[in-house]
Amino acid sequence: MEFFHEPKIDWMGIKWYFISLSLALALTGIVSMIVHHGLVYGIDFRGGTLVYVKFAESPRVDALRHELDKQSLRNATIQPYGPASDHAVIVGLDLQTTASSNALDTGKQAIVSSLSDLYGKGPEGKTDFNNASPQTVADHLTADDPLGVGPKGLDAATKTYRDLADAMVTYRNAPPRSGLLADLNDLRNVPGVTPAVISTLTKDFYLASYAITNTKIVGPKVGSDLRRQALYVTLAGLGAMMIYIWFRFELIYGVAAVVATFHDVIITLGFFSLLNKEITLTVIAALLTLVGYSMNDTIVVFDRIRENVHANKREDFTKLVDRSINQTLSRTILTSGLTFLAVLSLFLFGGEVIHGFAFCLVVGVIIGTYSSIFIASPIVVYFYQRLAKGTVSQRVKVA
Amino acid sequence: METKIRGRAIFILVVVVACILGIIGLPKNVQELKDNVHNRIHLGLDLSGGTNQILQVQVEDAVNITAGEALERLKDELKAKNIPYADIQSDDDKTQSPPIHRILIKGIPQERSSDLQALATDQFSDWDLVRVPGDVTARELVLKVSAAASIRDQALVQARETIRRRIDALGVAEPTIAEYGQQGDYELVVQLPGVDDPTRVRDIMQSTALLELKLVQDGPYPTREAALAAHGGVLPPDTQLLSGSTGETGNESWYVLNRIAAVTGRDLSGAEPSHDQAGRPSVNFTLNRDGAQRFGRVTGANINKLLAIVLDNRVYSAPVINGQITDRGEITGGNFTPQSANDLALVLRSGALPASIKPLSEEVVGPSLGADSIRHGIVASIVGLLAVMGFMFVYYRGSGVNANVALALNLLILVAVLASFGATLTLPGIAGVILTVGMGVDSNVLIFERIREELRLGKAVGAAVAAGFEQAFRTIIDTHVTTVVSAAILFAFGTGPIRGFAVTLTIGLIANLFTSVFVSRVIFDFLLTRREKGVALSI
Repeated sequence: MEFFHEPKIDWMGIKWYFISLSLALALTGIVSMIVHHGLVYGIDFRGGTLVYVKFAESPRVDALRHELDKQSLRNATIQPYGPASDHAVIVGLDLQTTASSNALDTGKQAIVSSLSDLYGKGPEGKTDFNNASPQTVADHLTADDPLGVGPKGLDAATKTYRDLADAMVTYRNAPPRSGLLADLNDLRNVPGVTPAVISTLTKDFYLASYAITNTKIVGPKVGSDLRRQALYVTLAGLGAMMIYIWFRFELIYGVAAVVATFHDVIITLGFFSLLNKEITLTVIAALLTLVGYSMNDTIVVFDRIRENVHANKREDFTKLVDRSINQTLSRTILTSGLTFLAVLSLFLFGGEVIHGFAFCLVVGVIIGTYSSIFIASPIVVYFYQRLAKGTVSQRVKVA
Repeated sequence: METKIRGRAIFILVVVVACILGIIGLPKNVQELKDNVHNRIHLGLDLSGGTNQILQVQVEDAVNITAGEALERLKDELKAKNIPYADIQSDDDKTQSPPIHRILIKGIPQERSSDLQALATDQFSDWDLVRVPGDVTARELVLKVSAAASIRDQALVQARETIRRRIDALGVAEPTIAEYGQQGDYELVVQLPGVDDPTRVRDIMQSTALLELKLVQDGPYPTREAALAAHGGVLPPDTQLLSGSTGETGNESWYVLNRIAAVTGRDLSGAEPSHDQAGRPSVNFTLNRDGAQRFGRVTGANINKLLAIVLDNRVYSAPVINGQITDRGEITGGNFTPQSANDLALVLRSGALPASIKPLSEEVVGPSLGADSIRHGIVASIVGLLAVMGFMFVYYRGSGVNANVALALNLLILVAVLASFGATLTLPGIAGVILTVGMGVDSNVLIFERIREELRLGKAVGAAVAAGFEQAFRTIIDTHVTTVVSAAILFAFGTGPIRGFAVTLTIGLIANLFTSVFVSRVIFDFLLTRREKGVALSI
């Protein structure tokens, strides 16, 4: 099977259509970043509080919002998380400026108390099984000893109940329950759970109709440190690659590759701004991966250009670049297609946590491939054309 | 040729077997196999669930304590050496970063200034004695920058050790406690896998547990204002105003205390949970010899006065000193539950933190989200892998099988290396695996396309294969280096999950050099020796 049989496309002839498209995309992105939303920074960079709450039934979003407003919290947001059938939301808060510097979790406590105001506190003296850790469950079981393993010694009993608690919590966390148990009697399905165990649990525990599955609290210092580091690391990545390409090829190739990669980053960030997607820590990792990928793709074309220049010094440089792109086109399309398949699978099936990362790469793989042909190569061609006409000074040529 | 291929094939086989053993060990049954895999593949916090906290050690606290002690010591020494002075006070410059610690001594007679100099050189080697412009009788002790820096560094190390002891006492498996951020940030990252109930752990970890026994100057007062009013609005020198719900009623009471403690938690030799006379939970402590001596001196000289038991700047109780007490005491009040008394004894035993701890960020990943992420990660990996492999087979047929074998081996080596180096698998790490699938297959695509080109140029199959590998190799090296460079920078910059990504991507790509270049070539060569003349290569 073969998609392209010796293509003979005049790439440099049609470059302006694509450069215009790039400019349009980059400008749209930049305008969006300035005028529209700016870049939406994730909590990693911005600081604040995120609390993931899973409800047994459809969450009462309006009532919860009302309850949060009562606590005069700054910019409380409630977003659905995952498919609607999960009944999960993320409650987000900006950094609370009023909070004393040592009370990092003020925002979280406020959310927790809003929830318990809204959904009611549990019975006095009982622990919520849905928010209990295996250790808590094991402690209660060991104290009550429903299986009567106490005589075997404390270590044996501790181990027995720890394993049992692990199994029960794992059962609670597995889908379709996914962290929220509706009835303690359902735990009968866990091997090793006897009616005596259930009765201990009913005595000590109750089931809240919601569970806080995750929290993330980022203070102001961590956020600003990360913002600075993210910028440095992206620039360091670009710089290191430019030096490598300079060393392997010539300076202009390095410059062209960096310009092309920068173009990819700008356009990808533009998409994030347009679609109002958050820039999180993993998105920065994806951006740097994109930098590597785009360089990769550019190098394959440059490598072929270099090879052809060595083999055929007389050939018109523009034609030679066209030929090089055509020769590698099949590989370019295949590899980006396959990488695209892989990241698409990540985007579709990888789950919510990795979504921003996968989105960045889905966009990036396309842009990164395209920029090797329509941005990086024309820059090199332009440079050598000027060189041939003698308009580039000798000094640059030496460099 | 045949023996060369056989040798290489045996080498590849050895690698495969080593990898499989590296992942599963030598299990005797299915359970052991599961356990082995479980023990060798370390899951990051985002997959296993747990808490991740970034803490800043307020190292300046430790410097302040040292400076405070030096001030007291200086007073004692001046008294012992009969050097008269008008006034001694601390004169810290907190506008500087880091702050500069100074002790201002006023009214030293001219003829005794050399004695002061001798005392400073002798007893205060961490300090410089300097003249004060405009006042010939005044001198200033300035804490050396290097000494302050070493106190800060030590405070960080001590805080880390103390936190580790407390975590160990709690029995958390595989905790990570490490320095974080840049030099001079004094930050620690603490990761506790499996702990999804962070409040108790946080309290235990972050409670300074600075126990101080301080003489009460006067009090209790019902309010802060009342206490201040009793002194005309200004506290006497070297005293401080602290509060606590000490009474039976539980109301807040205010005490004027000596700023300098008679004994502190550093003088403890042990602490145990106990019960007070009324049967409520309390904590008993014993003092070491040095502490007991000092405590005996202070209590003996202050019978019938009040002694405040202060924990982290809160007065827990202020009993009357009935007689000389030497080596033991009890912390009552504070509304202890059996658990909180137990936890307090634990943190007192593990030693006070040399400085207070300020949380900078806290993340709790619930086990259900972790499990969810693993499931999603596995599904995405399998779908991605099948899509890529399916495509390679359709597009390159026989050679596609070759590439797929190389790809499978690539993943096997990746997992084995992760397992044997004890690297941590994170969700971005799984993304790195998927990306390795996509980018790893690039090497084979480069090679195969080149072979097709060479065949089109009319070369014989064997020559075309050789040329294809040779020409593509240079490009493969270039592309791998750039990606590994970006991964290395990510590793240097990133934390936890991001590092996991950088690690898997790097290992995956290095393994890819072996599988796509070496293994694929061996498979080709093997097929070529078997091939009957004139049969086209399946590519």
